[in-house]
Amino acid sequence: MPTDPVIEVRNVTKTFAGVRALDDVDFTLNRGEIHALVGENGAGKSTLIKVLTGIHSPDVGRISRNGRISTIYQEVNLVPLMSVAANLFLGREPRNRFGLIDRVRRDAEAAELLTSYGITADVRSPLGTLAVGEQQMVALARAVAADAEVVIMDEPTSSLEPREVETLLEVVHKLHEAGIAIIYVSHRMDELYRICDTVTVLRDGRNVHNGPLKELPRIELVSLMLGRSVNEIQKHGTTAFGEDHHADAQPVLEALDLTSKPRINGINVAIRPGEVVGLAGLLGSGRTETAKAIIGALPLDRGTVLVAGKPVPHNVKAATKAGISMLAEDRKTEGIIPNLSVRENIVLAALPRLSRFGVTSRIRQDRIVDTFVKRLRIKVSSPEQKVAELSGGNQQKVLLARWLCTEPRILLLDEPTRGIDVGAKAEVQALIDELAREGLAVLLISSELDELLDGADRLVVLRDGEVAGELEEAQLTREHVLTAIAAEVMDDADSH
Amino acid sequence: MMTTLTAATRAKVLQRQGAAVALVLMVAVSWLVFPRFGSLDNVRDLALQGSFLAVIALGMTFVIITGGIDLSVGSLYALGGVLAAWGSQHGFLVALTLPLLVCGAIGLINGLLIARTNMAPFIVTLASLLFARGLLLAITDEGANTYQIAPDSAFVELGRGTVAGFGYPIFIAVALCVLGGALLNRTGFGQNVFATGGAEQSAILMGVPVARTKITVYTMSGTLAGLAGALTAAYLQSGVTVIGVGTELDAIAVVVIGGTLLTGGMGTVLGTVIGVGLIKVIQNVINQIGTLDSNYQSVVSGVFLLVVVVLQRILRR
Repeated sequence: MPTDPVIEVRNVTKTFAGVRALDDVDFTLNRGEIHALVGENGAGKSTLIKVLTGIHSPDVGRISRNGRISTIYQEVNLVPLMSVAANLFLGREPRNRFGLIDRVRRDAEAAELLTSYGITADVRSPLGTLAVGEQQMVALARAVAADAEVVIMDEPTSSLEPREVETLLEVVHKLHEAGIAIIYVSHRMDELYRICDTVTVLRDGRNVHNGPLKELPRIELVSLMLGRSVNEIQKHGTTAFGEDHHADAQPVLEALDLTSKPRINGINVAIRPGEVVGLAGLLGSGRTETAKAIIGALPLDRGTVLVAGKPVPHNVKAATKAGISMLAEDRKTEGIIPNLSVRENIVLAALPRLSRFGVTSRIRQDRIVDTFVKRLRIKVSSPEQKVAELSGGNQQKVLLARWLCTEPRILLLDEPTRGIDVGAKAEVQALIDELAREGLAVLLISSELDELLDGADRLVVLRDGEVAGELEEAQLTREHVLTAIAAEVMDDADSH
Repeated sequence: MMTTLTAATRAKVLQRQGAAVALVLMVAVSWLVFPRFGSLDNVRDLALQGSFLAVIALGMTFVIITGGIDLSVGSLYALGGVLAAWGSQHGFLVALTLPLLVCGAIGLINGLLIARTNMAPFIVTLASLLFARGLLLAITDEGANTYQIAPDSAFVELGRGTVAGFGYPIFIAVALCVLGGALLNRTGFGQNVFATGGAEQSAILMGVPVARTKITVYTMSGTLAGLAGALTAAYLQSGVTVIGVGTELDAIAVVVIGGTLLTGGMGTVLGTVIGVGLIKVIQNVINQIGTLDSNYQSVVSGVFLLVVVVLQRILRR
């Protein structure tokens, strides 16, 4: 392919609050190509997109743009209450001779434009009345109609139905034929290999691979994306997980046929007391959704959750009462209340049990907090210290303590070691191990393969919202997991 | 914002038509029951009374569609009246422009604070409500000093002059509402107003000048409140200091009754005009009944507002 760059990024570095989101990144987008941009969460994809579109300016480095860029985000960024036509033409409406918006012409042009995208909805109806896939298509049409030469698509299919995905990919193909360059961000291997010419893999803010996509076996691509943990853990020895904690008891938790379209579809998970079951899979494969479905925080199309054989009503309160607790992925938005003290944060979930007639016993609170601060080795100057002042690892322990003092039987941990330093990571891992040995059933979600391989007794591998495989203890190797995640290893093996 | 909005569309139709239907019913029943209701005098009076509120509510409509609220308009309305009365001694032009400039400036400051510093509109405009009311009391010796407007001045004509018995303020209000409707529905600015209130983050990503749009609507709202005050002063021939207390709430009420979503993103000027009509007809009817305490006006308006808001809530599900 002749090189004719529309976007060129050279040696770009961008730092947020001391964290390098992008580290000396090079990136070239040639005219007319479909370029896959992949990487795990936090690899720097969003930052790169924001630097490309000019929302962020880089600390160091050079960017040259030779064309209009339009971006389509994962969530439809249009105005649901405004009409489809108004959304399409917002900011460049056709005018009549008095300079007023010519609505008749606008609607006619909008209808014509959308027909070419296979949408037949009434363009005068509010955008929000359209299906999500159609909304995404309107966003796409808007981007292209603005004479964009580069279209950036950030996970455009993550909330679409399979049929809608097909239509979208067809449109992408049309754009490609019209000579528009596309940056396509997705975790869905099938889509990437179907439409993309070249790929850039980001990991930890660095560009770790550049090149034609078709020549790169899937399993290698997955390994490139996840690779970080290998090096890191090799440097620091093994993880802090101990060896197997087993029990032949009946499962304390059984999740049957959990389905919430389009995120997850027919997922089954069972955990015995004392067992750590890992959920593996790429970002967007439905790991977090599965945990949320189990605790009742995700509306289900169908599926049941059984605790000790008894069905649990599908809501968080009932699930908590049945003994399920969840440590959410994002500490900041879904857990920690930074301005409250360590004590207040820990007892929050247990308050109803510590209260009598709505009055809480401070003595009992102090006793519980004291126990957990010691047991989890939380480093605080005093229980009254603000949680915001603690390190990430200690914040995570505070959250863990919060759920432990509700005396759960099942603990759902979503990325429990994300964003905390290596030493604290080891401590949290050891703690998980210890809790399982005491008889807790643990569901462990992690993007770090080694954490799963070492920490889990059994792995459930998810792909595109479905269970792609279950690995028993004997099968817990990198290769098996990567194979299950990448799915088409057989094809690759055949062709190489 | 991935939800489908068929329910909201239904709500939209029902709300707007709902207010219109209620207005038609109220008018029809009142006409039959109270012989005086349909008299030309009463209609003229009703329209005149409504025109001041309509001018204020017009600005409020824009503010609420952007997802904001403007609590300062009641105070600005009173301040505008006093400034106009004071200014009338320096001629027609001063009497008219001074309130517009001062109230517009306060609106501009509201807008700047809300758009640039991301402060809550409720707080910012509550501060201006207190500020403007305080300023008003300060320049009138705590309301003891009421500025009079010379009865033969041209400015009084603006408030009291009539065409076929219909006061000038009615025509001014109608003209402004027609202009406002065109501005809202037929200009890029109007589209920006809807986009800002409908989904602010998306609007920013779509290149809508959200900050500028907000600044503009608050400036408009302040200016229109000042104008309503000036017209009222011209009509009353003096700058009455005690008016406008709670008028901001009347304005919000008529806008919402008229079908504009309090959460922003949807609304019409026509709806607001219908809302004004409805409130004024209710007041008028209660006055006609005579035996009923006039405080029942608020009771009825309040109930009506509640019904509309509850309907918005239910129909959006």
